[in-house]
Amino acid sequence: MTARLSPVLHALWPPALLGALLLSLWQAMVRGFDLQPYFLVAPTDIWVALTDNWSNVWEAMQVSGTNAAFGLLFGTIAGVLMSFLLSRFRIADELVTPMSIAINAIPAFVLVSVFNNMFSSTSEVPRRLMVTLVVFFVVLVNVAKGLRQVEPVHAELMRSYAASGWDVMRKVRIPNAIPFLFTALRISAPLAVIYAYVSEYFGGAQNGLGSRITSNIANSKNAVGWAYVAGACLLGLGFYLIAIVVEAVATPGGRNRNREG
Amino acid sequence: MVALSLMNSEIVPTIARSPRLWLQRGRRALMFFVALALVAISWELYKKFGPQDGGEVLGWKILPRAKDRVMPHVSEMFSRFGDPIGRSDETVLSVVIDAVWFSLRLVLAGFAMGLIAGMSLAVAMTRFRFAERAILPYLVISQTVPLIALAPLVASWGGKLELFGWEWPRWLSASVLGAFLTFFPIAVNTLRGLQSPSPSSLELMESLAAPWHRTLFTLRFPAAVPYIVPGLKLGAAGAVIGVVVSEISTGLRGGIGRLVIEFGRATTSDPAIVYTAIIGAAVLGLIMASFIAIADSFFMRNRPKESLA
Amino acid sequence: MSEVVGMSAVVGMRAVEVVGLGKVFNAGKASQVDALVDINLAVEPGEFISLIGPSGCGKSTLLRLIANLTEPSSGAVTVNGKPAKQARLEQDYGMAFQQAGLFEWRTVAKNIELPLELKGWDRSKRRARAREMLELVKLSDFADHMPWQLSGGMQQRIAIARALAAHPPILLMDEPFGALDEMTREHMQAELLRICAETKTTVIFVTHSIPEAVYLSTRVVVMSPRPGRITDIIDVPLGAERDLDTRESGDFFGKITEVREALRGAEYGTAGHAPKGVDDR
Repeated sequence: MTARLSPVLHALWPPALLGALLLSLWQAMVRGFDLQPYFLVAPTDIWVALTDNWSNVWEAMQVSGTNAAFGLLFGTIAGVLMSFLLSRFRIADELVTPMSIAINAIPAFVLVSVFNNMFSSTSEVPRRLMVTLVVFFVVLVNVAKGLRQVEPVHAELMRSYAASGWDVMRKVRIPNAIPFLFTALRISAPLAVIYAYVSEYFGGAQNGLGSRITSNIANSKNAVGWAYVAGACLLGLGFYLIAIVVEAVATPGGRNRNREG
Repeated sequence: MVALSLMNSEIVPTIARSPRLWLQRGRRALMFFVALALVAISWELYKKFGPQDGGEVLGWKILPRAKDRVMPHVSEMFSRFGDPIGRSDETVLSVVIDAVWFSLRLVLAGFAMGLIAGMSLAVAMTRFRFAERAILPYLVISQTVPLIALAPLVASWGGKLELFGWEWPRWLSASVLGAFLTFFPIAVNTLRGLQSPSPSSLELMESLAAPWHRTLFTLRFPAAVPYIVPGLKLGAAGAVIGVVVSEISTGLRGGIGRLVIEFGRATTSDPAIVYTAIIGAAVLGLIMASFIAIADSFFMRNRPKESLA
Repeated sequence: MSEVVGMSAVVGMRAVEVVGLGKVFNAGKASQVDALVDINLAVEPGEFISLIGPSGCGKSTLLRLIANLTEPSSGAVTVNGKPAKQARLEQDYGMAFQQAGLFEWRTVAKNIELPLELKGWDRSKRRARAREMLELVKLSDFADHMPWQLSGGMQQRIAIARALAAHPPILLMDEPFGALDEMTREHMQAELLRICAETKTTVIFVTHSIPEAVYLSTRVVVMSPRPGRITDIIDVPLGAERDLDTRESGDFFGKITEVREALRGAEYGTAGHAPKGVDDR
């Protein structure tokens, strides 16, 4: 029976059902066991808190969102530029790649405490710098892979044309690397939100989502805290969707799912 | 017979010769230290030539302050380890080591929980197609949503939540958050790996009349290893991030996260000390990464070596 | 080489019997396909049967029905005197696919041991049998190698060793040499005949290649598509000892022509009508 519905519906109804079930269970548990707000807040209460405080939540989302956006933009540009450098100079590749692997493994956001001291206490630069750094490495690793992983038959074809290095770059490597760039964007967009958010824990202006969540919890206004969490999730999801839309618009033919990193 | 022995000689030698592999690894490690040295050198150069109180580029205040109070010399960062902390006798080094050890245990606990939960869910989703259809979209979405935002909430359970007389310890919140961030990449990667065997291999197991659980352990799990290992790397990084962020957002005593904040606040009087904590946090991450690297080389030891791209 | 521990203990019992077999995909929908219609085939122990025909004639489907990897829409399959499902559960046959399908994380010897593990054999018995099979396929030196270190032809030999490890009386093969080059293919065909003669296995073999079918088989089953059915069964009485000389004999070429004409006839839809010179069964 279900196979006859449109494929979209066919794919959607199991997770939708599960989601509805879990939400109802959550609601029932909180009301039924009379759970304390500091443990779990009922979905309905969260919704009320969200709608009541929407302007504040939105403002905080904007602050964190702007920081994430700045970092995403500059990190991507820097990452793409550096990846060109890496594909051109082998030695640069050897130097930078182990660093990216290391940065990936460590909790890099602790550097924000250093950044905070480097700039004035009201500056948003430390947070943006942090996001830029993280996005830079993600974009770098992926785009460099794309520039490098050209199919051997294409490389041979260009060689048979006696094409110059720059020609090869333009005609083969860059088009090849574009799907990798979008993969990197899909990963970095939510990552940018996360790091913008986490950077707020290190002091500085208390105007973003991170600080609001903590202060509300500290004041036992848990439902409002959850509302800010919901705001953070919306922001992350929003960034991800934007990345997907940008990709869909820029690659009208769709992706070749076999060729990405 | 001659023809047959000719056939036998067509072996494809793809095991990387051990000495060459080690040479390559050695070179990589060397380059890593060279890169670090270059970073240190650019740090010192900026200190020498950069604006002492920060500066502007095109009207934007984006150049950091270069004075000693803010950017200590690289040598100072390391020498600080040997000096005592504040008024007590303990050296900074011992304090940092204690903190790293504290956090490491939380990370390991969280990682273990996330690993077990993630793999169990992946097995369940492989077994029950409906479970996969219902749950997989949420797993995918979870990687776009900042689950870290839940850190303060989970942390607030500490000291307040009681279940049948057992009180939720504060450190458990940090581990749970680490587990949370470990769980998702491991579940997704394990699922993909368990589903990776070709239909031909699955038919082989069917033709051998193997029950589902035998197929799981004899075919699916071994075939999944190349997928699980990258998942472990992401999971390990996630566990570290989850624990450290938890420690920071709640000020959990004893962990490296809190140490970074504390030392960060002391910068006006003690500029170099925060770097010791940062190095400690980096070491924490590297310890977990090396565990995973060891597991990687163990589990992939008999697999065809892929080109070290 | 130890004697055959075959399971077809009942003398005179057929190895495989297919009666009125039919298989329909997507029944009742617009995309319905009659993959097989009214298939009847009797295979005696020790025979080597090839199934040959153009794409879509259902030869692979027929093999998989015999292997109980899919269920028939009508009719019955009996393997070793039992229903197909029981035969599979009792492991009365071994199967080899076009991809050797060796597990890349197991050594060559451990790959051969796989069916024995699943049957619960203990370690020393398994190891002994694996060594025996490696000798049979002449790859004893490679017991501890990994599959990806071996060439395609060698991997297929290991796959065959695995399929025969438990000494099943029947061997089912779905274009196992399809991915190999021509030279290797001819060697493998000779090897297969030698192995099956030694183990006295009944073989049902799906192939696209006419010379391969003629060289290997005692009987060639010609099939045609739309709907999938058997149009001819051609005897190949080239004797039990076949070698390079066989490949160059006039009888060999004659049989190849016979099969080719039967295939052409099948293609042009002369269903149920045997071309001249062919013994109908």
